[in-house]
Amino acid sequence: MKTAHRAANSKMNFALKYPENEGGMNDRIKRLRQQSVETPTTLTIERALIETAFYKENYGKYPNAVLRAMNFLEICKKKTIYIGDDELIVAERGPKPKAVPTFPELTCHTVEDLHTLNTRELQPYFISQEDIDTYEREVIPYWEGRTQRERIFNHVSEEWREAYHAGVFTEFMEQRAAGHTTMDGKLYVRGLLDVKKLIQEQLDKLDFINDPEATDKQEELRAMDISCDAAIVFAERHAELAEKMAAEETNPQRKAELEKIADVCRWVPAHAPRDLHEAIQMYWFVHLGTVTELNGWDSMNPGHIDQHLWPFYQKGIADGTLTREKAKELLSCLWIKFNNQPAPPKVGITALESGTYNDFTNINIGGVTRDGKDGSNELSFIILEIQEELHELQPGLSIHVAEVTPDEFVKAGCRVIRQGHGYPSVFNPDCYVQELVNQGKSLEDAREGGCSGCIEVGAFGKEAYVLTGYLNTPKILEITLNNGWDPNSGKKLGLETGDPRTFTSYEQLYEAYHKQMLHFVNLKLSVNNYIERMFALYAPATFLSLFIDDCITKGKDYYNGGARYNTTYIQCTGLGTTTDCFATIKKHVFEDKRYTMDELLTAVAANFEGHEKMRQYIMNRTPFFGNDDEYADTIAVKVYEDLVKAIKGHPNTRGGETQLNMLSTTCHNYFGSVCHATPNGRLAHFAISDGTSPAHGADTNGPTSVIKSLGKLDQTQSGGTLLNMRFIPALLKREEDLDKLVSLIRAYFKMGGHHVQFNIVDTQTLLDAQKKPEDYKDLLVRVAGYSDYFNDMTEQLQNEIIARTENEEF
Amino acid sequence: MYIFDIKRFAINDGPGIRVTLFMKGCPLRCVWCHNPEGLESRQQRMYVKKKCIGCQTCVETCPQHGLVLTPDGIKQTAECTHCGKCVEECPTLAMEMAGKAYSMEELMKLVEKDRLVMETSGGGVTLCGGEPLMHPDYLVEILEELGRRNLHRTVDTTLYASEATVEKVLPHTDLFMVDMKHMNSELHQKYTGVPNEPILRNIRMIAEKGARYWIRIPLIEGVNADEENIRQCIAFLKELPTSPEMVNILPYHDIGIGKHKRLGTDYNPDELVMSTPSQEWQDHCVELFQSNGFDCKIGG
Repeated sequence: MKTAHRAANSKMNFALKYPENEGGMNDRIKRLRQQSVETPTTLTIERALIETAFYKENYGKYPNAVLRAMNFLEICKKKTIYIGDDELIVAERGPKPKAVPTFPELTCHTVEDLHTLNTRELQPYFISQEDIDTYEREVIPYWEGRTQRERIFNHVSEEWREAYHAGVFTEFMEQRAAGHTTMDGKLYVRGLLDVKKLIQEQLDKLDFINDPEATDKQEELRAMDISCDAAIVFAERHAELAEKMAAEETNPQRKAELEKIADVCRWVPAHAPRDLHEAIQMYWFVHLGTVTELNGWDSMNPGHIDQHLWPFYQKGIADGTLTREKAKELLSCLWIKFNNQPAPPKVGITALESGTYNDFTNINIGGVTRDGKDGSNELSFIILEIQEELHELQPGLSIHVAEVTPDEFVKAGCRVIRQGHGYPSVFNPDCYVQELVNQGKSLEDAREGGCSGCIEVGAFGKEAYVLTGYLNTPKILEITLNNGWDPNSGKKLGLETGDPRTFTSYEQLYEAYHKQMLHFVNLKLSVNNYIERMFALYAPATFLSLFIDDCITKGKDYYNGGARYNTTYIQCTGLGTTTDCFATIKKHVFEDKRYTMDELLTAVAANFEGHEKMRQYIMNRTPFFGNDDEYADTIAVKVYEDLVKAIKGHPNTRGGETQLNMLSTTCHNYFGSVCHATPNGRLAHFAISDGTSPAHGADTNGPTSVIKSLGKLDQTQSGGTLLNMRFIPALLKREEDLDKLVSLIRAYFKMGGHHVQFNIVDTQTLLDAQKKPEDYKDLLVRVAGYSDYFNDMTEQLQNEIIARTENEEF
Repeated sequence: MYIFDIKRFAINDGPGIRVTLFMKGCPLRCVWCHNPEGLESRQQRMYVKKKCIGCQTCVETCPQHGLVLTPDGIKQTAECTHCGKCVEECPTLAMEMAGKAYSMEELMKLVEKDRLVMETSGGGVTLCGGEPLMHPDYLVEILEELGRRNLHRTVDTTLYASEATVEKVLPHTDLFMVDMKHMNSELHQKYTGVPNEPILRNIRMIAEKGARYWIRIPLIEGVNADEENIRQCIAFLKELPTSPEMVNILPYHDIGIGKHKRLGTDYNPDELVMSTPSQEWQDHCVELFQSNGFDCKIGG
């Protein structure tokens, strides 16, 4: 048995260039990783064909919940089963690695979409002409008028539609199902046969005389029961295939592995896992089940996997059936499985709204346990090693740094950050537990929570938290400055809040913006509940509901208020840009009277052409957000708190409430592209600020000023904030530099920070990467909340990364 | 008394994360100086041509008509009185004034902004320059105030000062970081403009008095990176009654060139040969110190 932690400064642990680190992977993992990275992404029409045939035959014969469960069972019975060479953890969403299914019941790709996906330069999804023809013949005609996307767009008002198309807000669920489904530990202690017993108990208890909802509950519970069968059938088909392959295998080692795979798949997910191998395979079957029944945003996430798997690790080490190496190999196999599942592509393919797609699986390690103690363990360290060695696009990783988290773990995390792959991101449980408690969760359930996807938090295994779309706050200010008109689309989108040239005070301007902001928030809210109902009615997630408390005991679906906690989020972007615009107008127009409102708005309308002197003066001599300057920070706090007040606390259809968070992913690029120039000197169509980060180039006083500014927001009023910081590698060369990074993180978290992530790159590298993409194929960078390959990003995104302030230091 | 920069998140200026105050004025004229705006005690205007958009705001603002726009950017005429009005109006910050006077209250307000970061990281405030010992009264005033506020203090100095000055400062700092540039006084004089005897004498004095100190050596190929000089440094330090807690080897870089341009002064006008020692040689020097029992590393 190998002992615990490698020495902190062991060279083998964290060499600066990753090729050397590949020594940490064994040959099996090297081969599997290579296959995962090099296999091109393809589209598979198999799921759509099975589903369409099933719907044609059965739609209308069963209640929708039962129909959906039967559809899931049909897919599990019929889809192609894959077990690859070298694999220990098995099963794919498609018929082979990186083959991505479509979900026509949510949104149906057109023939044109499929051609575009097949041929576009960035992130193509290859599909054969034969499959496109089949899709056109078999799939597309059936779904016309029946998709969730059409249900939504046929319902919304003209006003909503125009604001949506102008980029005032986006809508998450027009193409995918709600996501943010993160698991707690229950799937490791009960098998689906146990779950079927629980369902039967609930069915036995139904009171059809006195409970008017009993019939609905019966349908939902029956559907859940069928979903259990579906996953068990899916696993058994893998067992059969493994047995068949074992019988034909001549290599005795591989034969034994295949026999083990067969044993594991016969046991899980029907029963609770007994060892680490079964536990990991159990998770993977559950994962694939949820992303096969529906296509959710942030599809699925194991949550605190180091804590969940810890008992299996300890037991295996203690009884001699497991070594550290074996555990690492099994986990590495799971990591590769995550990378094998690119997200289903969007229709219409704007590619702008979110540059590239992955499923945003964000593994949480460290953090706190349900009773508030340090949650890190040896597996947390093993996972850091795996993340560094494999450095794939997926899964993402976050380290959770509470006051009780030991420095040794944080520093080990910072060593991986230093590699510059863009992860792990860093979260503060002391802050987000408070956020969750403020939203009404029990302290224990909150501690069991964490982040999924980017920065949004929830109570793992107990909450349906639905993100509904981004809100473009600089755009709202732009519309205010144009008295309700959008200069980009030339349409009147908002309220007539007055010609700002007639305003006599800053307060008057702010009041006009505030009215406009409430107007658009309410417009967004007015449609959210309708969309929620469409999912409850047409797309219940009967398999996912098995794993989220208290869906079974309530007899209600995940989308229908079954979860213990039910939150609806609106994500606000551009706090930095909006603040800087306000600071500019307040200082230069109303206080110093350097420019009149007319002069400023004329320059803005001209995209500052012919007004470069004014633009320079504004950019260099205005107190901007992110500099620990009270002038700007006070405005930011006000803008933020008013957003909180506007969004928080409206009832949703599931018994919960609306909340805000401050996420942007890459939407700040899309939102910037629909905005003309802004008063802070930002030119037309450039990105707005991301998350709660300062606007690009606005922070000029280094990272401690940035965290101080951010620390002034009461982040516990949100469901997450986002801070991007960029460091050049030179800043983190030495051992003591890592200590300083740990201190910087700790200091920010003492100030109440929710999240921070670091880009460790130098400008030269990035410029070079733009010129010679072929030499930088696995260069990963951090873009607002998730990792991506630099090569796969648009030039616009690449330029933004380069433009972000460097915290360079001599 | 002027301060020409206040640097937050200083991570190479002593223990932890620090706030570094750069004081104007220095008695040395090191050829490789990377803070040339810290040499003179008076305020100096700096001009960055790259930032200048030629808008002539400065030319129009100047009450003395002391500036003109040339193909080479803005140039000052004999009429310039260094009043600084142009600096206040320049939209792009192409014109900046090196050196600003702060009240103690203003200074402390700025420093206190990073208290939590300093406390969390075991950092503090570093007084640097220029040469902070050039203005010992002001320096001690600041150090005393920092002491009252229970903030860790580091003085980053050449120790080129009178014994009395060093004795005056000594009780008010928690750590000295002392530059040693050359063991040969003649060469020291050649490259820095002053002999090294007062420096060595003062290092010995603070060591005798038990002060905590680090030694920092700018390692410059062509000047002081030769083995003989390194061995002499080691020999000198070994004889001291208390050892430095740390020896930092700071490899030469030429980022000072840009600042000289902004000031309108020449970098290394006599074109003395200076370069960055190879990584192997840097490592060799570190090993020499380490094998003699010193905690030594590259970088501060």
